Amino acid sequence: MSLWMSTHFLTFLVFAPALLGLLLLFFPERQAKVAKLLGLLVAICLFGVSLRALGLVPDGAGWLFLEHRPWFSVAGLPVDYRLGLDGINLWLVLLTTFLVPLTMLATWKSLSKHEGRFAGLFLLLETGVLGALLSQDMLFFYLFWEAMLIPTTFMIGVWGGEDRRYAANKYFIYLMSGSLIWLVGLLYLAIQAGSFAPELMAQAATQLPLHAQGWLFLAFLLAFAIKFPLFPFHTWMPDAYSQAPTAAVPVSMFVKLGGYGFLRFVIPILPAAAARYSKTLAVVAVIAILFGAMVALVQRDMKKLVAYSSLSHMGFVLLGLASLSVIGTQGAVLQILNLGITTTAIFLMIGMLQDRTGTTLIADFGGVASKMPVLTGFWILATMASIGLPFTNGFVGEFLIFNGTFTSGFAWGRVAACVATLGVLLAAAYMLWMTKRVFWGAENSDSESATARLGSDLSFREIAVLIPLSALILWIGVHPRTFLAPSERSVTRLLSDAQAPAPKLAPAPGVVSDSALSEVHE
Amino acid sequence: MNIAAWAWLIPVLPLAGFFFNLVLGKKAGKGAVTAAGVGTVALAFVLSLIAFKVMLAAPGHRLEIGYGEWMSAGAFSVPMGFVVDPLSGIMMLVITGIGALIHLYSVGYMAEDKGYGRYFAYMNLFVFFMLLLVMGSSLPLLFVGWEGVGLCSYLLIGYDFAQSDDVPPQAGLKAFLYNRVGDLGVLMGMFALFAVFGTLTIGDILVRAGHLAPGVGLGLLTFATLMFFLGCAGKSAQLPLYLWLPDAMAGPTPVSALIHAATMVTSGIYLVVRMAPLLQMTPVTMNVIAWVGGGTALFAATIAIAQKDIKRVLAYSTVSQLGYMFLGLGAAGFAAGFFHVFTHAWFKALLFLGAGSVIHALHHEQSLMKMGGLWKKMPITAWTMLIATACIIGFPGTSGFASKDEILYLAYLKSPVLYWMGVAGACCTAFYMLRLFTLAFLGEARDAHAYEHAHESPRTMTVPLVILAIGALAATAFGWPTAFGGSFRIEAFLEPSVRYGQSAMEAVHHGGSPALLATISTVLALAFAYWGWSTYRNGLAVAEARAAKWPFLHRLLENKYFVDEGVDFVLIRPLRWFGNLLWKLFDVIFIDGIGVNLPGALTRVAGDFIALFQTGRVRNYVLTMGLGALLLLYVFLK
Repeated sequence: MSLWMSTHFLTFLVFAPALLGLLLLFFPERQAKVAKLLGLLVAICLFGVSLRALGLVPDGAGWLFLEHRPWFSVAGLPVDYRLGLDGINLWLVLLTTFLVPLTMLATWKSLSKHEGRFAGLFLLLETGVLGALLSQDMLFFYLFWEAMLIPTTFMIGVWGGEDRRYAANKYFIYLMSGSLIWLVGLLYLAIQAGSFAPELMAQAATQLPLHAQGWLFLAFLLAFAIKFPLFPFHTWMPDAYSQAPTAAVPVSMFVKLGGYGFLRFVIPILPAAAARYSKTLAVVAVIAILFGAMVALVQRDMKKLVAYSSLSHMGFVLLGLASLSVIGTQGAVLQILNLGITTTAIFLMIGMLQDRTGTTLIADFGGVASKMPVLTGFWILATMASIGLPFTNGFVGEFLIFNGTFTSGFAWGRVAACVATLGVLLAAAYMLWMTKRVFWGAENSDSESATARLGSDLSFREIAVLIPLSALILWIGVHPRTFLAPSERSVTRLLSDAQAPAPKLAPAPGVVSDSALSEVHE
Repeated sequence: MNIAAWAWLIPVLPLAGFFFNLVLGKKAGKGAVTAAGVGTVALAFVLSLIAFKVMLAAPGHRLEIGYGEWMSAGAFSVPMGFVVDPLSGIMMLVITGIGALIHLYSVGYMAEDKGYGRYFAYMNLFVFFMLLLVMGSSLPLLFVGWEGVGLCSYLLIGYDFAQSDDVPPQAGLKAFLYNRVGDLGVLMGMFALFAVFGTLTIGDILVRAGHLAPGVGLGLLTFATLMFFLGCAGKSAQLPLYLWLPDAMAGPTPVSALIHAATMVTSGIYLVVRMAPLLQMTPVTMNVIAWVGGGTALFAATIAIAQKDIKRVLAYSTVSQLGYMFLGLGAAGFAAGFFHVFTHAWFKALLFLGAGSVIHALHHEQSLMKMGGLWKKMPITAWTMLIATACIIGFPGTSGFASKDEILYLAYLKSPVLYWMGVAGACCTAFYMLRLFTLAFLGEARDAHAYEHAHESPRTMTVPLVILAIGALAATAFGWPTAFGGSFRIEAFLEPSVRYGQSAMEAVHHGGSPALLATISTVLALAFAYWGWSTYRNGLAVAEARAAKWPFLHRLLENKYFVDEGVDFVLIRPLRWFGNLLWKLFDVIFIDGIGVNLPGALTRVAGDFIALFQTGRVRNYVLTMGLGALLLLYVFLK
């Protein structure tokens, strides 16, 4: 067994949750509590197993762990079974395995029905996220990417709030339509390359005329832009965020995959187009930052506010990626991680208020601080992380992104960075204004108000959930090296490969079929 | 012993106090909270003294202490390191020294507050961040402190969760946001400097700046220094970002003394002095600093004349005094500006603590209109306040005289207009300070009930008052204008910090007659002081008659030129309106309505339409098939 594990570590990580998740789905309803407990235990064990990744040493090509073998072929195109762990996805994988049990624990009492099945879906989702993070083959990646849709749609549609059906439908169709367009581009490029291997696709892409590369870039971008989500493809998110049960908060964690996928696949496969459109992307990013922040400013629902703030924050990630510089990209990678931590923490805390009062409307609260000082303390820390106060994780990410953009060497970089910093100002405005209205002020004396129904401060379980998140916020802020060092090499390599005139990739001339090439030249 | 082995304790001790008071504040009891809260800062003061001594013995008066790397990416790297030199050394002593006194004072002032532990936790956290700000060897580390003190200011202003109604709403939020505007300036300044020098370590930047060919990167450097000054305007409450400071007085009075008078608000001056060699390369920025400083000094002083709340008078006074400091810096008087930070820290902390003592005695009555005649009831407070008042109006022989007249002299060298603006501000200062003192301590009691219950404050509060008063007077030992037979020692002392291996600053002391200029400003100020006293010595009648005679001017000053209302009207409301517009128009109607739901609806309609043909009758299908076949035949055979 241990021998099998030593060669199939990633396979185990990816598929173990799905197997157990399927099992939990078919658990009898009256055993729901057992199923829920089982799900939590599985998630915790999986986190324990995933920690093994920290002991791995990168090989010459930068892989910490690689599983690579031929799998099957579709219409003559080989699909490889290729899972790889490197510096870029290491912390994202660990964050995922960490957040799953944590979220389960945090929302232990939040669900009113089918708790066991929810745990099962959650584990299926974990498989989807981990699979997408670890896949190094495009079709494989696509399969996991789509697989994530199914459990999340059910999570929103079955356990969600009042408008859950609308939100779930919108979510599914929105994301699906983006993916289908991407699939067309993907298949086109795969036929050109004769493979789904990213490096071969990159090679094939360089042979294409520039405008074709541009169209492909747009097709790729669309899928990632929707998942990012990126202005103006974001309107599924406020609905999904506000309707999803808090327990489905990983919605907030895996949407960050849009940024990851963009870095991992789009930049290396279509470097010329990425460089050509980087200015446009930066403009879109800046618009997203300001748009999200300004709309967040006027939201009345805490969950929707966080959704729009997330839109704004993803703008920062895109800005960093668009800088095509090591500093900015490192900042973006860290910021993807940061958002997973901070948004989850804030969302879970809103959930704790919702568990007690049944509402998330800002106006229903007021004076929470006097009733729940412990929650207020955690809240302020997470808020500060969200608005990028130094010595919290948000600062390091944003600082690197701005710095990378300002000094990227592109003439537009300076302007973009300066305008984008306004987003940090607006972030402080909407977050602290919400904090002011919810937590500060005289206690809402209306006996019907949510504050009056609050009851007790945080329980031991809730504190146990928030402490590790808070510790991570401070750890990344004070000692970011732990998280930046592993990705430094991979990012540098990725960018220098992308910027090199001829890709320094393994030549595989035999694989590219002549007919595919001749088609191009016609 | 190697200084690196213990220097980290200086900021970390207050941080430990913060964690202790935050986590255990409720359980540990008052004694432990006091010990942790005051003790850690006092210990940090002792260690700062030792570090100061070590620094004086070190070659070049400069200690660099490194603790590895903080963050890095690509070519960008920031060390975790501290610098102790004359500039940061003085600041460390002021922060921990005056900080410890104010912590001690708080023991009495906050004795009855139920958030005692939380209060000390925040205060300790503030000292930690403030120390980082002055000790940090790189701009990002300085920025940690810079934003951190803003956070503490925010927390302490909103310290009382359930504030009463007469407190300006959202004071904490306002402070944070105005500061943030400035913070963005510092951020952008840092990026510009990184673009020019490829490093953000302060020492390296200044050394490389000295080797820069003339004119190279001047545009970016000017941008950077202007942006830095924007940050200074936010943190040090200069025009146009001063609006938060008066509202910040909603926090407890010792907070106003420590954060909003003595230390945090002076960090802007610290930053300018720190980057002095760079600023001297960018004359545009120097002019901006001088004029903004001079303008703020006069502008805020006029507002202070008509304020009724004792703390608000002092708040505007602080804004005005900070303006003087920037006026000095802008006139290339880095030592003069910084010396005013030093003297101001003593007498303004004293003024605030004295005001706090009065407020404490009157059970949280802050209106000057309801005070009067308190001299007899609280002599120690009155005497120390008198000393502080003498200092701030520049009474000959006091520290305020020494530092302010040096600034005014340098301002005259830059432009006589700046000098006269400064003098006019000084006249206002003399007037409103005597107004404050007379209304509070002299004359008849205007509120008999409050007067009845007034009493001198407890020992923990009066002892700091006396120590600060002594300090305020003794501060002249560090600098006395040469025109009056002294030596401006602080200038030579700060030299290593300001110079950074570059050629010594140009000696600018020429032209004008310093003695004459100082005499003019002092005589005028004393005349206005007399006017202030004579107006209010018999109560409010004279002033009210005068206000009735000039109703427009009175309303304008009392309402602070209506700037707050203007900002709300021009900036805040449009922003919210625009946010709503984007949301409703863009998201709800445009994207969701036309982009998402409309295609959805069309699909449904199309589906319903097509469903019409699914009649289930075979003959219909046959008919359709036949028609289709005919169509195909036509297409292919055409």
